[in-house]
Amino acid sequence: MSSIRCNDLCKTFEQGGETIVGLDHVSLSIEEGEFVCLSGPSGSGKTTLLNAMGGLDTPDSGRIQVGDAVLTDLSRGQLADMRLQNVGFVFQAYNLVPVLSARENVEFVMQVQGVDARQRSQRVQEVLAEVGLEGLESRLPAELSGGQQQRVAVARAIASKPKLVLADEPTANLDTRSAAQLMGLFVSLNQRGITFVIATHDSRVMGYARRLVKLQDGRMISDEAQEPTAMVV
Amino acid sequence: MRLPLATLLRLAWRNLWRNYRRTLIMLLAIAVGVWAMIAMSAFLRGMTDQMVRSGLNTLPGEVQIHQSNYRADPSVVNSMPPPDGDLLDALNQPPITAWTSRVRVPAMVSSEYDSRGVILLGVDPEGETAIGALPDTIVEGRFLSDADDRGVVLGQRLVERLDTAMGKRVVLMSQDPDNNVADRGARVVGIYRARLRSTEDTLVYAARNPTQSMLKLGSAVSEVAVIGGDYRHSESLVPPLAAAVTNMQLVQSWQQLDPYLGSMLKVQDGFTLIFMVVIFLALSFGLVNTLVMAVFERMREIGLMQALGMRPGLILLQVLIESVLLLSLGLIVGNVAAWLTIKPLESGIDISAVADGMEMMAMGTTLYPALDGRDMLTSTAIVVGLGILASLLPAWRAARLDPIRALAKT
Repeated sequence: MSSIRCNDLCKTFEQGGETIVGLDHVSLSIEEGEFVCLSGPSGSGKTTLLNAMGGLDTPDSGRIQVGDAVLTDLSRGQLADMRLQNVGFVFQAYNLVPVLSARENVEFVMQVQGVDARQRSQRVQEVLAEVGLEGLESRLPAELSGGQQQRVAVARAIASKPKLVLADEPTANLDTRSAAQLMGLFVSLNQRGITFVIATHDSRVMGYARRLVKLQDGRMISDEAQEPTAMVV
Repeated sequence: MRLPLATLLRLAWRNLWRNYRRTLIMLLAIAVGVWAMIAMSAFLRGMTDQMVRSGLNTLPGEVQIHQSNYRADPSVVNSMPPPDGDLLDALNQPPITAWTSRVRVPAMVSSEYDSRGVILLGVDPEGETAIGALPDTIVEGRFLSDADDRGVVLGQRLVERLDTAMGKRVVLMSQDPDNNVADRGARVVGIYRARLRSTEDTLVYAARNPTQSMLKLGSAVSEVAVIGGDYRHSESLVPPLAAAVTNMQLVQSWQQLDPYLGSMLKVQDGFTLIFMVVIFLALSFGLVNTLVMAVFERMREIGLMQALGMRPGLILLQVLIESVLLLSLGLIVGNVAAWLTIKPLESGIDISAVADGMEMMAMGTTLYPALDGRDMLTSTAIVVGLGILASLLPAWRAARLDPIRALAKT
């Protein structure tokens, strides 16, 4: 079963009286368990495509299906439920809730899902250990480094065991070492069956992908399978 | 899906203290507003209570039974037999707490220098004590000792007008049922002060038995005065008594006896509500501004929560919880402050400097603020109810944010 299926997506924006093409007839299928990079220069449409796959943005035309759900047919509330149950997001700017500790940020999605406290606590311990943040659970985001914050964001994204993780420029604010550690974590999680779609223009990140989709001016200009070239640390 | 109330509460609480200065200022504004609502209603209620009690003191009695023509012609002709049989049984049943019967007729009182028209009350001192209808203060001498006391108790102002004094004799004069002059001499055994100086001019107290003898009434009385637990609910005393009186007798609550006095309570309740709403309206601008700013500052976070799968309804709920927390804190501080500052004043505030003006409003020289739990509840309901309404706009705006745009905010 196809994990994500995008058919003929089009999206335009109005900016300063000018019409900008975000997506121009993009069609793409991503199978479960794939590790895909969407690449291209700024304004190429990779973030727009990623947001559309996550149900954060609605295309002007076309159809997106994630699992059994046709996103273009869902209401705002249903889209929120779909994201809650199926999608983990990792953003460039970490986007942690500043008034919640690392543990509480990771717990947040599960709390909204209604997972009971004991299960939550166990799962939080597991994922924080997995991302290497043991001992930092009670720190607020402001008390963590950029790399640590991004790890908390990853822990939050995977805590509820989503089928799909969408990451938008996840290494943009990280140093080389932190970026390599993060990508290693992504690869390891992908090997356990989580589908990863990463929007990036960082060639180091592309080296981890087994499939590279290139976009330019909203159009998909190539879609190629590749052997990962980057070394997992 | 279960409502993650604990999560929303924790988030709301922590968000409140992110900008603690703004929260404290808003908290202070709410607390002062709540305090003002309660203080204002306590003063207003105190004033109204005094006006009503002053009015009741001139009746006196919360419910009265008369011969049916007495109100039109309050003379001895319209007297009635003292309570007996069913009426006596009804008078001794709860919720009636006390009753007394008295003679009440228009009369003249004369000293050697002057004469004044008054209302002569022929009372049983024990009964008047039971219904709390004794004069406010006996400034000289004593009140009547029993229903056979032959003395008379006058108001201080009347004593001044008659140019008489304690121990002097005055003449009481009225008409008997045959329209003959009925009079007797009586010694002034006591002088009283009333909250209203006009009462001192009007009411003359004599014992019931000598008054009945003077007026040739036998055991007949003009009225039966009754009290219950709370003068505000005295209308509930009427039905059982009305069922027990004869066709020739009429049972009326003080609201019926003095409709103006009765309407004052309703007017007071209305004014209290209006004042509370006006105070809250002023407050609501600050509240809305605080929440709008809080939403504006956290737009990115709200977008994030939407991206993570929080439904718009939960976002709306979270902003409302923040508002309710702020309002609740303000309410607690405001209510406690009101209790601490107004409770000690319930023993009375001296307003003798403006006594003449206050007398026009049927008030005495002391104002007794009345802190009422219902007013505290009303102010709480108004602040919470209207507060939530005022918070709906910023909360709705937060819930309607486009996650992409919100996440793009720096």
